[in-house]
Amino acid sequence: MSGDVRELYQQMIMDHNKNPRNFHAMADADRTVEGYNPLCGDHFKVYVKMDGDVIRDISFDGSGCAISKSSASMMTAALKGKTRAEARALFSEVHKMLSREAGEPFDTAKVGKLATLGGVCEFPSRVKCASLPWHALLEGLEPTGKQVTTE
Amino acid sequence: MDIEDFDVAQIRKDFPILREQVYNKPLTYLDNAATTQKPQIVIDALTQYYSKENANIHRGIFCLSEQATKRYKSARHKVQGFLNAASDKEIIFVRGTTEALNLVAHCYGRTFLKAGDEVLITHMEHHSNIVPWQMLGEAIGIKPKVAPINDQGELVLEEFKKLLTDKVKFVSVVHVSNALGTINPVKEIIRLAHAKGIPVMVDGAQAVAHTPVDVQDLDCDFYAFSGHKLLGPTGVGVLYGKKEFLEKMPPYQGGGDMIRSVSFEKTTYNDLPYKFEAGTPHIAGVIGLGVAIDYIQELGLDRIQDYEHKLLEYGTEKLLQVPGLRLIGTANQKSAILSFVLGEAHAHDIGTILDRQGIAIRAGHHCAMPVMQRFNVPATTRASLAFYNTREEIDRLVAALHEVTEVFR
Repeated sequence: MSGDVRELYQQMIMDHNKNPRNFHAMADADRTVEGYNPLCGDHFKVYVKMDGDVIRDISFDGSGCAISKSSASMMTAALKGKTRAEARALFSEVHKMLSREAGEPFDTAKVGKLATLGGVCEFPSRVKCASLPWHALLEGLEPTGKQVTTE
Repeated sequence: MDIEDFDVAQIRKDFPILREQVYNKPLTYLDNAATTQKPQIVIDALTQYYSKENANIHRGIFCLSEQATKRYKSARHKVQGFLNAASDKEIIFVRGTTEALNLVAHCYGRTFLKAGDEVLITHMEHHSNIVPWQMLGEAIGIKPKVAPINDQGELVLEEFKKLLTDKVKFVSVVHVSNALGTINPVKEIIRLAHAKGIPVMVDGAQAVAHTPVDVQDLDCDFYAFSGHKLLGPTGVGVLYGKKEFLEKMPPYQGGGDMIRSVSFEKTTYNDLPYKFEAGTPHIAGVIGLGVAIDYIQELGLDRIQDYEHKLLEYGTEKLLQVPGLRLIGTANQKSAILSFVLGEAHAHDIGTILDRQGIAIRAGHHCAMPVMQRFNVPATTRASLAFYNTREEIDRLVAALHEVTEVFR
């Protein structure tokens, strides 16, 4: 197999795909946002429970490809206990990382474990998969009332 | 015919793209249901037209225009022969199958159907044979009815018969399902509908490049296909319609070519087929389609069908050996389309992994979301074969699928 595919589907991504963290519905969520890419079929709900300005709990459920699912899983793991502003900042960094030109460096310190998703930019047709849960999150934090999709 | 009797190595030389490499791997093109590749002679015909013959048709009094008009007309004649239509006036050039289906829903539907009438389709239709009827429903109140399919992806003919009530005033069915490969018994469907005086349209997008079609033998009232799925250029397609229907239908669009005379008070429409071809058509595309039809007829659709069926049998056997693979669409009568799901791997992950091996397949809902819902899958991976594909390419697909299962272990 060519190395770059292995890089995309590396161990941590496959682990999150197989054993997603915070993968459940949340009955008492403050915000429930659906993200749906009808062309490829990625379809998730992101649940957020706030404590003032802090994300007290966050979870997701639904179905999709390994990239979208692991991205959602890592996102929930990274954001529990973070403030709204911190979550917004991480969204921006992840967005920068995913949408950069292939081969360009990015600030790994700012994204932590999410750097695992850094290789997705080499697969332009898959960037929308990785970014879908993040856009659902953003809609949860800053509601616009629009249907969340990245296609 | 033995599979060896079909000289696929020689045939592949006619298709320049099949020599291309993707990620330093030979291109394995298995997305023929989306669009087929083009033989050099079709590409040459486009170049020839634009570099030596370009002129508008039906108007110039100069040599080039006359020549272009002649070639355009001759292509119509070729399509007539290809479908065995009774007259070349029954061949309307459109942008593709989608436009042909929309044209009939619009022009026939708004003239001859009324609120409460039913249009019977099947559960395996492409969105382009669902949405135009829903739009017509919103506009004039007709009701689309859906005939069910079984777990093999075959139309349940008994249920179809039951749904064919006196309320049904039009039937529109796909000849070959793009998502499942199922070949519908269209001749039988037409016979049943005609017994009740109901006209039938057939969506032939996935049929014409793979099986001989004779519209007079089928006795269909309308038949639609796209040029680009038949080795021809994109942006050109065909609507066949029986003259008795086309003559009674109003034009689709107004403009040049479709009129006989215009004044601000009154416009007289042109005769068939021009009545339905407003504006300058895709002249190069039509000429290219004519050349594509010559090419495919020279190869022979009987032989193509035979060869592709052997490829399908080979591919089915090999794919079923991949652990965790489940075929979606196992009809008895099947075209060379292999739609499947594989363990926990999502179709798009499979698509990405295969792509890096140079293998082009389709992953998704194939513009047939009701089919996905019927089989309770979000998406499938689809390998769709053409006569220039080989057993070796299927082996490559299978090897790459084994790698997918390794990644998703």
